[in-house]
Amino acid sequence: MALPRHILVALVEDKPGVLNRVSGLFRRRGFNIASLAVGHSETPNLSRMTLVVEGGEGVRVQAARQLRKLVGVMEVKDITGSHTVARELALIKLRALAKDRNDIINVVGIFRADIIDVDVDTMIIQATGDADKIEALHSMLLPFGVLEMMRTGEVAMVRGAAGRRGDGVEKAIVYEDIGGV
Amino acid sequence: MKLNGSQIVLECLKAEGVDVMFGLPGGAILPFYQTLPEYPEIRHILVRHEQGAAMAADGYARSTGRVGVCVATSGPGATNLVTGIMTAQMDSAPVVAITGQVPRAMIGKDAFQESDVTGITLPITKHNYLVMDTNDLPMVIKKAFHLARTGRPGPVLVDIPKDVQTEEVEFHGYPEVARMPTYNPIPDVNAADVKRAAKMINAAKRPIIIAGRGVNISGAHAQLLELAEKAQIPVITTLLGLGSIPGSHLLNVGMPGMHGVAWASMAIDEADLLIGIGMRFDDRVTGNVNLFAPNAKKIHIDIDESEVAKNVIVDMALVSDVKNVLDELNPLVERKVHAEWVGQIDEWRRTHPSLAIRETDQLLPQYILSQLNQESNGESIIVTGVGQHQMWAAQHFVSDKPGRFITSGGAGTMGYEVPAAMGAQVGNPGKVVWSICGDGGFQMTMSEVLTMVQNNIPVKLAVMNNGFHGMVRQWQELFYNKSYVATEFHTPDFVKLADAFGCMGIRVTEKDQVVPAIREANSHDGPVIVDFVVPVEENVYPFIPPGGSVGSMVEDPNFSAAMG
Repeated sequence: MALPRHILVALVEDKPGVLNRVSGLFRRRGFNIASLAVGHSETPNLSRMTLVVEGGEGVRVQAARQLRKLVGVMEVKDITGSHTVARELALIKLRALAKDRNDIINVVGIFRADIIDVDVDTMIIQATGDADKIEALHSMLLPFGVLEMMRTGEVAMVRGAAGRRGDGVEKAIVYEDIGGV
Repeated sequence: MKLNGSQIVLECLKAEGVDVMFGLPGGAILPFYQTLPEYPEIRHILVRHEQGAAMAADGYARSTGRVGVCVATSGPGATNLVTGIMTAQMDSAPVVAITGQVPRAMIGKDAFQESDVTGITLPITKHNYLVMDTNDLPMVIKKAFHLARTGRPGPVLVDIPKDVQTEEVEFHGYPEVARMPTYNPIPDVNAADVKRAAKMINAAKRPIIIAGRGVNISGAHAQLLELAEKAQIPVITTLLGLGSIPGSHLLNVGMPGMHGVAWASMAIDEADLLIGIGMRFDDRVTGNVNLFAPNAKKIHIDIDESEVAKNVIVDMALVSDVKNVLDELNPLVERKVHAEWVGQIDEWRRTHPSLAIRETDQLLPQYILSQLNQESNGESIIVTGVGQHQMWAAQHFVSDKPGRFITSGGAGTMGYEVPAAMGAQVGNPGKVVWSICGDGGFQMTMSEVLTMVQNNIPVKLAVMNNGFHGMVRQWQELFYNKSYVATEFHTPDFVKLADAFGCMGIRVTEKDQVVPAIREANSHDGPVIVDFVVPVEENVYPFIPPGGSVGSMVEDPNFSAAMG
């Protein structure tokens, strides 16, 4: 049985080693990361990480608390649930023989994905969506012969005003540049 | 004012009030060392092995409440600190470790004596820094000390490349505040939760407190006592919580867990409310968590939110500094009398032999440690290693003052007792410091006795000499049918060794020599090694096997089941 998935979003200082601290924490505490995506946030010097963690309630709570304890982690939110939009990007290279091309184009159209490269007998498909959609697309393309796949892991956000930092209740945290330390 | 990196670090340490560092020089930290003579107010103690530096800094920190500082060079110097740093991390001791690193341009090139020490120590420090810009040094040092001592304390490592130590930059003084917007060391007390916790306490019939090191760190001794006395709640103290309530107090129950006193384990089993204060439900305390305090609602008071529900699921958590929580909680707690409950625990205390020492002519370590405790009168600082002697020392330790018992609890680091006692003595020059050593652990770090001799650090070292790794041997006796694999060893003549080291040595083989030897050591102004020759097959009781519960507790077979 698949373990429940939890989407944690962490706001972290954009400093060397932060990713290492986070991934090291998950490794040594035995938490299973399904995916981890990180990039700049709307605030300079702060990055936002989306971690998809698999496990029971104990893992969910411990992972969030241990994460919050790391120096350099400003905020951790569990945004699992229906008010969340989650998207990842996938690039899928597949064998695309002439006889299969029309079928492939059909599938790509249904999933609102894009063909971004065509060669004599290969194609690269670009798709965005939540993890389920990417998995569905992947399984539809498998019969043609998937040669390579890369997925970014999900980034996720809460819909509407509730998604703003601090839930719009706590006062916004102003991050001051502290001199590169 | 232009200063080089080494001068900047030392200016910062001076401003931080650092009066002593333990360390050992080497190539990559040499510019820092060569600057030391400009700062005579900071004493440097040259250890024999860097692990001694880290553990001495830890012992200094735990015994003074101030941040301990250790220094090492890059590569092997830095990696030798690792066990000491891990020990400090497991027991929340405030330590700052400063390491030299190869010059910036050589980092990542597998240069001579290069090691990725920030990578290596990442999981065993509260935080660490590699300083790549000399201008960052003042703020990094400020933050390192701030992190080490605030919130839940812990070790912080600062790795400084050699060319950062020599580069001259403008020094604008030691920063007054560590600006760390992402660091919130003391969460606010939740008033509503405090009210609910008070209700739970007021409704309890058989309440019990387990007090841990957090009480000692927070300095919440008065608050703990107030809570215990007001609601008449017996107080169990963990190994690191010893001394959090006066040892002679009627509500002091003693130590729980694997080698805790029987009545503490039984009280936990029978309690209807358990209040964990500044403790973390370590497996040595709980045994099988599913059978731990099965009848009790549980309240957990701790500064570290991630400790809540990590090992034991609780009904209520109050996350903040223990002292702050108790300041808010105590006024809401009703004055209560739990005469029957307290009487029940006393009854268990009377009928179980946990602290009894059998009558014999043999020189039992339990006898030595209880005599040492009496002679200390609760004043000496006791520093122990890990194993049987540690458990006996803890069982027979009684002091009405906090901060007198120092031991490696979470990490269980053998050999800790020698350098940590040295650090404690340096931090407490007016006090008598006893290092209670196993002969196994002593041989791991005994070279630091030379450091004591060189610097006249008058630690008294009591070596329990049985020629075995005693606790491992006990497990082999009880679980492996006396198959003593790799636990017996040759011991040197410790009195001759003392002589060779240049300190006093005393051998004790008979019971009537114990007290005179302790007194002779106490009156000697210098380090002393006392070689207590003790029997081999002596076991620590009570004993709850790992993963067990009060139901699987084994009591001393030398006493009949109930003493009556």
